[in-house]
Amino acid sequence: MRRLVTDTLVIAERNLVRLPRAPDLLLAFTVQPVMFVLLFRYVFGGAIRTPPGITYANFLIPGIIVQNIAFGGFVTALGLNEDVHKGLIDRFRSLPMARPAVLAGRTFSDIVTNLLSMTVLTVTGLIIGFSFSHTTALDVIAGVGILVLFGYAFSWVFALVGLLVSSPESANSFGFIAIFPLTFISSAFVPPQLMPAALRAFANVNPFTIVVDAMRHLWIGQAAGNYVWGAVVWSVVIIAVFAPLAVRRYRRATGA
Amino acid sequence: MRTVLNMGTPRPADQSVPPETSDDELAISVRGLSKSYGDVQALDGVDLDVRRGTVLGLLGPNGAGKTTVVRILATLLLPDAGTARVAGLDVVHDAAKLRERIGLAGQYAAVDENLTGLENLTMVGRLYGMPRRQAKARGVELLDRFELDEAANRPVKTYSGGMRRRLDLADALVAKPPVLFLDEPTTGLDPRSRLNLWETIERLVAEGTTVLLTTQYLDEADRLADTIAVIDHGTVIAEGTSDELKDRVGGERLEVRLEDGEDVDAAVRALAPMSAEPPVAEDGLVKLTVRERRGVIVEAVRRLTEAGIGVDDLVIRRPTLDDVFLSLTGHVAEEKADEEAAAA
Repeated sequence: MRRLVTDTLVIAERNLVRLPRAPDLLLAFTVQPVMFVLLFRYVFGGAIRTPPGITYANFLIPGIIVQNIAFGGFVTALGLNEDVHKGLIDRFRSLPMARPAVLAGRTFSDIVTNLLSMTVLTVTGLIIGFSFSHTTALDVIAGVGILVLFGYAFSWVFALVGLLVSSPESANSFGFIAIFPLTFISSAFVPPQLMPAALRAFANVNPFTIVVDAMRHLWIGQAAGNYVWGAVVWSVVIIAVFAPLAVRRYRRATGA
Repeated sequence: MRTVLNMGTPRPADQSVPPETSDDELAISVRGLSKSYGDVQALDGVDLDVRRGTVLGLLGPNGAGKTTVVRILATLLLPDAGTARVAGLDVVHDAAKLRERIGLAGQYAAVDENLTGLENLTMVGRLYGMPRRQAKARGVELLDRFELDEAANRPVKTYSGGMRRRLDLADALVAKPPVLFLDEPTTGLDPRSRLNLWETIERLVAEGTTVLLTTQYLDEADRLADTIAVIDHGTVIAEGTSDELKDRVGGERLEVRLEDGEDVDAAVRALAPMSAEPPVAEDGLVKLTVRERRGVIVEAVRRLTEAGIGVDDLVIRRPTLDDVFLSLTGHVAEEKADEEAAAA
């Protein structure tokens, strides 16, 4: 167990040390979300009817942060895929290190990058008119906690994807074909009431809706029902399913 | 066509070791190893023995099964059948323990391009369970030894191909493993870097490391390996020292260059009794295959002198491993490799 912790930290440290040396990736997780915030706020914002009493800036920021956090695990998919192709996974698997440590270290370092992009987005939000309202400091922190947990869960999804796909390009298309629609057919950008019936039905059960609504409850005081617990349960279930699958795949990974 | 010759002749430093090999002396022992991927039978009952402190060269074209052997022995892949012991440990049941005693350097240099050389080695050391300070000290020591000390704090992406291979090899040596697996260590290197790496490997072996080396280069096996196992289609088709394998191909090539204007036909007649096959003559050069090296030059000179024929130059050429490979597999090593690369 001690080996698992130290090995995980060694790998996490490696991922974080190399991050500023590949600045394009860092750029993708800071500049790109800011661009999205500006586009949605100023291009679509005027055309979207938000629930009474909620400005679009307040509506948008929790949604776009959740979307962004879900994509944060993308670093894991790309990184693992690169490691498989470069033979580094072979090197790690031939070392007497704890078996889950490479993946645990990867997903752990995602937490750090996710916190970074969360900060960038929140600051951008505050500049364009977002404000924490009808909330307490504790609720805001609980919201950060949910974001970290949900992002961590998606890191495990992306860990499995990174080990399964043949190239970074296919990891990319998985992200856009599977995750993108999932985030859009949710309450993240547009209230589901405005969608056609079939999409609305999907959006209402989509875990993204649950997490986004939990965030809106915690950050802007929107009525939330059981969404906060729902968000936690969804995150835990995703980890419980994808972490073992990814570790199993890692054990059997056969290189390029 | 399965032929197993005597195991390798001891290298000079090992002459105190008795010729029989007991289990204790075998660093690697493989029996009936099989592995298939779907319909493709990658390994079909491979047997191998490597004595401690020696180098086994696993020679074969691409797709012959060399890398599969290494991956199983390095605990990266489970065999379908057969057993393998490395450093006294079973590769399947003692895998976790075995990983502390092996080093692996791959075909592609498995190093992190965005880390510096020292960061790479420190990371590997810590993953072997060393404290940070010790891992770093070991890293500095290895960088020094592999003449990478000046590049220690540069990201690996600025390294040349040869430097990356040396760093990869250094990674494999962090824990001073008694057994080292080198999967095509010099593929894609320029001749100078290749020579450099060969010398490094020779130094390691001189210090007592056991090495299993795969290669498709015959000269590499010839230079580094004490014993060579030729593998094709997942089976070991011949095994022995480089010399034993060359002897198997049959005989030495004797080449006699006559002085200008000498009678070539007379020379052929004079030399014919020395060979089972008729000598070949072209442009004043007479070539023949002889069964044994010993006494051949003296006899050839005697026969030609008796016939009154002047000799300009006279050479015995040993068959190369290329001749061996061709005669054992019916195809040339490199050609086969190219075909498979084209088919892939």
